Amino acid sequence: MAKYLLLKHYRGAPDPVNNVPMDRWTPEEISAHMRYMNDFAARLEESGEFVDGQALAPEGMWVRHDGEGRPPVTDGPFAETKDLIAGWMVIDVDSRERAVELAGELSAAPGAGGKPIHEWLEVRPFLAASSAATECH
Amino acid sequence: MDEALLRSLTPQVLAVLVRRGADFAAAEDAVQDALVEALRVWPADRPRDPKGWLVTVAWRKFLDATRADAARRRREDIADEEPPPGPAPAVDDTLRLHFLCAHPSLTPSSAIALTLRAVGGLTTRQIARAYLVPEATMAQRISRAKRTVAGARFDRPGDVTTVLRVLYLIFNEGYSGDIDLAAEAVRLTRQLAARADHPEVAGLLALMLLHHARRASRSAPDGSLVPLAEQDRGRWDTAAIAEGVAILQAALARDRLGEYQAQAAVAALHADAPTAAETDWVQIVEWYDELVRLTDSPVVRLNRAVAVGEADGPRAGLAALAALDASLPRHTAVAAHLHERDGDLVTAARLYAEAAGKASDLAERDHLIRRAARLNTRLRR
Repeated sequence: MAKYLLLKHYRGAPDPVNNVPMDRWTPEEISAHMRYMNDFAARLEESGEFVDGQALAPEGMWVRHDGEGRPPVTDGPFAETKDLIAGWMVIDVDSRERAVELAGELSAAPGAGGKPIHEWLEVRPFLAASSAATECH
Repeated sequence: MDEALLRSLTPQVLAVLVRRGADFAAAEDAVQDALVEALRVWPADRPRDPKGWLVTVAWRKFLDATRADAARRRREDIADEEPPPGPAPAVDDTLRLHFLCAHPSLTPSSAIALTLRAVGGLTTRQIARAYLVPEATMAQRISRAKRTVAGARFDRPGDVTTVLRVLYLIFNEGYSGDIDLAAEAVRLTRQLAARADHPEVAGLLALMLLHHARRASRSAPDGSLVPLAEQDRGRWDTAAIAEGVAILQAALARDRLGEYQAQAAVAALHADAPTAAETDWVQIVEWYDELVRLTDSPVVRLNRAVAVGEADGPRAGLAALAALDASLPRHTAVAAHLHERDGDLVTAARLYAEAAGKASDLAERDHLIRRAARLNTRLRR
């Protein structure tokens, strides 16, 4: 089993095919989208592949240590100028192929006009913790 | 059955030990040891006075631990001066625990964790689950809190408003699952109200009951938020509303108004209205005026602008809103609502979408984006 992080972007990712902002959808389309996402997570829980998932607020800051005794440097919440992660889901799957398959499925969540959004999702494998059983020679 | 009894006795026993001079962390360890002993012994030999039994055993455990540690000689001195363990006194020390757990040197999250643990008698695992953090994280938070209050003077009179703030914070978390924090906060506030004769304690209890009574109608089966005006009033808990109103009236009659009583008065006016349209907004505005006077809080002014919008029309609401800092949380959402009521749907839709981007709460964000979508759909037709 290997863990993968699926990242959904507010911006920074390439434009999805069906790229219509959510406030331009109908309320029914939003409900259908939410239901799809919830069902997806529920199905993965059922199959034992769901680890965790959270939505993130749009505002974020870059922060840096600026030397002993000095306040950290921050660039402030200038959300419009940078890539933003909208939310994430961690899955624990048997293979890379399965991770790609699931991300593809998630990307097909319905959007405006009831058609799939085809949004881009970033898929990142976790670095596995070193195991005593690992062969290193 | 014993488990419920133990849970209710734990804080009382802990409070007795702390009053006798045990420091908080050592007292807690001793009480935990005594609980383990109780679970072992009671099934076969149930004591006639469970509390007295627990106090005696816990005190003995505390003395054993103290004597075993030469470095803790100072505490041993304290122990020697104290009266010998015997039947527990009739006075209830839980109130003191409330104050200790809300000690001003604690951060709000530590005060909450310690209150749930020491006064509520919840296990670390239950608290961790309720706050959706790993158990080890919560255990650390609690032990750090215990270290912080280790040297705190227990006879310090304490400030009841700090205790009320902690209880209100717990109430507002309101996760459900293993532990329903809102219900837990109501239980603890009831406990406090039974022991502390203070109109604001009654005010907070009334406020919690009135909010809690509407809880079932506040979200749709799919988890989405249902605004007050659209809630199914048939699902409100009328018994809790009646209790809340009665507690509030008794508190108000004492003529020592505070912010919780005023907030509860607003909640009571909402609960009283048979339909949303029959809400007495004029009186609600008057209570918000009292609240502004009592707290001078910008959030209260924001809520007041909403009430003004209902009482005197959306233009009046927008005028009240214009006087407030636009960076306030929910400012944009309120502006959107008032513009919608004023018939300016284009502006309202834009502001709802903007407010959704700023929302910190997932259900609220979804609610706002749906509002924007609903208006945009209407505008297209």
